[in-house]
Amino acid sequence: MNIQTSTTAPAVSITSLDKTYDTGFQALRGVDLTIRRGEIFALLGPNGAGKTTLIGTICGLVRPTGGQILVGGYDVLTEFRKTRAMIGLVPQELTTDRFETVWATVSFTRGLFGKPRNDKVIEKILRDLSLWDKRNEKLIALSGGMKRRVLIAKALSHEPSILFLDEPTAGVDVELRRDMWNVVRELREGGVTIILTTHYIEEAEEMADRIGVISNGQIILVEEKAELMRKLGRKYLAIQLQEPIAELPGDLAAMGLTLAETGDELRYSYDSQSDRTGIANLMAALNARGVRIKDLSTHQSSLEDIFIGLLRDRT
Amino acid sequence: MNFYAIKAIYTFEMARWWRTVTQSIISPVVSTSLYFVVFGAAIGSRIESVEGVSYAAFIVPGLIMLSLLQQSLSNASFAIYFPKFAGTVYEILSAPISHVETVISFVGAAATKSIILALIILVTANLFVEIHIQHPVWMVVFLVLTAVTFSLIGFIIGIWADGFEKLQLIPLLIVTPLAFLGGTFYSISMLPETWQTVALFNPVVYLVSGFRWSFYGVADVDIAISLGMTLVFMAVALAIITWIFKTGYKLRS
Repeated sequence: MNIQTSTTAPAVSITSLDKTYDTGFQALRGVDLTIRRGEIFALLGPNGAGKTTLIGTICGLVRPTGGQILVGGYDVLTEFRKTRAMIGLVPQELTTDRFETVWATVSFTRGLFGKPRNDKVIEKILRDLSLWDKRNEKLIALSGGMKRRVLIAKALSHEPSILFLDEPTAGVDVELRRDMWNVVRELREGGVTIILTTHYIEEAEEMADRIGVISNGQIILVEEKAELMRKLGRKYLAIQLQEPIAELPGDLAAMGLTLAETGDELRYSYDSQSDRTGIANLMAALNARGVRIKDLSTHQSSLEDIFIGLLRDRT
Repeated sequence: MNFYAIKAIYTFEMARWWRTVTQSIISPVVSTSLYFVVFGAAIGSRIESVEGVSYAAFIVPGLIMLSLLQQSLSNASFAIYFPKFAGTVYEILSAPISHVETVISFVGAAATKSIILALIILVTANLFVEIHIQHPVWMVVFLVLTAVTFSLIGFIIGIWADGFEKLQLIPLLIVTPLAFLGGTFYSISMLPETWQTVALFNPVVYLVSGFRWSFYGVADVDIAISLGMTLVFMAVALAIITWIFKTGYKLRS
């Protein structure tokens, strides 16, 4: 057994996790994943990849069919009291007790998670999420964005050390997004581990320390964001030609140059971090052959390109 | 024990009840009063005493039992069905509470509500006819056992139901007929002999009989059997709930 003490254990440690639903649908296949304490981890994946199922198994909503999940070193099935008390969950769906007030519903969650009443904590959370003025309003009277804030407030009400955000910014306005990321940053500074799933790749690009990609129930990649961008993020130089050419001369192809199908553009991939990019040599070679250049531009792949590329490689 | 969670759910449920106080309290009181006026005063005046008790007084325990059964079922089934329907059940399922604690808080709140109602009906009935309770302790025992048992059954219905129709189905088609046929308004000794035997298969007979005995010392069946049967129903309900939580039936996928 790999039970570690709760102070040094990773926030979440998943080994060979399987989930097959009663319908026979295999949502998770042998997932291994470790989430470090205090990091922001973004889980990316297309719809139906298993993101929500994975979160559900950690939080107690879905029963795993195989494997083990440790939260803070404790097993989520046998020591669920300890693990669930550590976790705050913001679900994807806007589900609220419509006839409750904001204050009552957030206080309710705190009690439900085993914490004694503490009005100061609730007040701070409501103020941080700009909900303080709405504290006595019934949830039914709130807009979608406000309800999303309430769900976040509920998840934070018992001061969790691990926060799950399942598609937190789906259908959310810019202002709320900004507020939310401010709260997330502040939480991280306070040592809270944050795990989020998202469709918005720029969000992961901006916020996450590490990125995991899930596809078809399997984790296909886990990487430091910066490393991922460096390793898989390509930079290339596009050279527009004045006149199309039919074929690329052999020595130019040997330099790593490729010809676009239209014949009027050459592409040169390079590592912008290295000392010698080879661009100067390339230009000299082009010049020597009398290739006339119309325009030059450089492009850098975004996380989205990387993501789409990864998924395409697998299918 | 996560007492804060039990308290949170219990007070949440009670608060929900108070918010709809008209519907929750006044309507059962009004309908019981109507039963009382029709069966107790109008029809009852033509009926001689039943087993030495005036008919109006005789039906009081049955009326209370009827409300107790219906209210326990509907309170408990709605309390767990609604979070499922609205999706807020995720919060309960992801909270650090055990199954026992979940049942204690939901069933406890549902039983509390129906017991309060039963007592209100008792007080209301006392305005129409003078009531003496011979065995008050046993009355409370039957009241509590029945409220808890039917709240447990309501909890099961609430988990089983996946639509509002199903939520109404069992109370309407099974429990209410059983309650009416279970000696609420009559002693089963008033039935033809064959039907007396059939009536003994009706669980509600034992509840009403035991409860009535605690008022007037008269019963259709032995008090020990009544008590035993009530405990059997409770045990069956608890067994089903244990199975539900063990398998995650309709709660966890």
